[in-house]
Amino acid sequence: METLSFEEAFAQLEAAVAALQDGRMPLERALHYYEEGMKLAKHCHDLLQQAELRVQQLRVQESGELETVPFE
Amino acid sequence: MLFLDAPSIMSVTQVSRYMKEMLDSDEILQDVWVRGEISGCRTYGSGHCYFTLKDAEAQLPCVFFKHARLRSSAPDLRDGMAIAANGHISLYERDGKLQLYVERIEPIGDGALYLRFEQLKERLAAEGLFDEERKRPLPAQPAVIGIVTSPQAAALRDMLRVLRTRYPLASVILSPTSVQGVEAPLAIANALDLLNQHGEAEVIIVGRGGGSIEELWAFNEEVVARAIARSRIPVISGVGHETDFTIADFVADHRASTPTAAATAAVPDIADWQVRIQAYQYALTTLMDTYFIDKREELDQAKRDLQRFSPQMQLERLHQRLDDTTALLQTRIEHHLSLRGERLNGASLGLHSLSPLLTIARGYAVVRRTADQHIVTSIQHVQPGDELTIQVTDGQIQAKVKQDA
Repeated sequence: METLSFEEAFAQLEAAVAALQDGRMPLERALHYYEEGMKLAKHCHDLLQQAELRVQQLRVQESGELETVPFE
Repeated sequence: MLFLDAPSIMSVTQVSRYMKEMLDSDEILQDVWVRGEISGCRTYGSGHCYFTLKDAEAQLPCVFFKHARLRSSAPDLRDGMAIAANGHISLYERDGKLQLYVERIEPIGDGALYLRFEQLKERLAAEGLFDEERKRPLPAQPAVIGIVTSPQAAALRDMLRVLRTRYPLASVILSPTSVQGVEAPLAIANALDLLNQHGEAEVIIVGRGGGSIEELWAFNEEVVARAIARSRIPVISGVGHETDFTIADFVADHRASTPTAAATAAVPDIADWQVRIQAYQYALTTLMDTYFIDKREELDQAKRDLQRFSPQMQLERLHQRLDDTTALLQTRIEHHLSLRGERLNGASLGLHSLSPLLTIARGYAVVRRTADQHIVTSIQHVQPGDELTIQVTDGQIQAKVKQDA
């Protein structure tokens, strides 16, 4: 979970909500989806809180290779 | 061979001077307006400015001296600018060059630049470069955003500010370029190509802030249009202000009115995401509650079913049936008995009407021999001296049969 990107976590959150809408699954699975979903939501929220735009600059090296270096 | 000092032969100086006199005495050439496009514009340390005015078929060297420039408050001159220049045409004898000595310059908005713009637009449109089918959808959540613009420009700071606020999850790769001047078109095209070559950006913003039509001109150049068209990565254009339309805008997959608008179009807003995350959290809790409520109902139903078929319930049901049957029996018996009772009553009434007591009541009496209680119904039944008991309604009378009756 900790390593999931925001997009991945959000997609899984959506899936958990969709799965839970099917009320016929066993209790254990329902609880699993619920707990996973709540964790994913928190993870998404945390990622948004911590996110910081990364800005890099594209540069052509003398060899002709491209590299990115931090901007500013 | 001719004689060098023959009077019919003029020296260069002589013929030049003659020509100059001719030109200078021409009224039209002494005060003329010439329109054309500037090219080869150079300003020297002296402050004098030299350029060529040209149109499709001819060109005219021009000089704009420092004193004239300062006096006329002319616009900054750049290659490609369409202008009308006012001055006199004369000969620069040293170079044998006819030139326009400029006194005033007025920019022409709707001039040659516009014509070039229209011609290029028409040509690229005919090629299908602006076709709607060519426009690619922008990625909904780009992880990497390429930006082609000048690193020093305010436009870049504006774009980064928007991206930071709306979608800080992304990272930006700036492909630096100049955005105005003669070298700008190629530099912009190159910066775009480099981002494609690098390959990480999922969407590219090409743009610059507002400026004069000349300052925005690079975005009307064919090299830029071609670079946008061949980009494998979708391109958003954001050039100038709302009212500025450039060729780049027509070729781009998405046209934004300004650099800021381009950055806005490139990414979703995390504020929306935050709302959606909260909505999902709420949905999870509600769904779980509903799940429990449903399950509890199912459980209750199962319990009811279980009770309905339990041995105890069956026993109870049997008991009840027994009770019911007993009750029914009781009722039947009571009914039966009450029927019997009525019949008995009727019988006893009949019996009553036959009772001797009633006869006695009417004045008859029952006479018994006291000794043996034999009912006396004939004189044969008694002897003189026998004691008799006479029964009347309210009691008995003792009597004795007389001698010789």
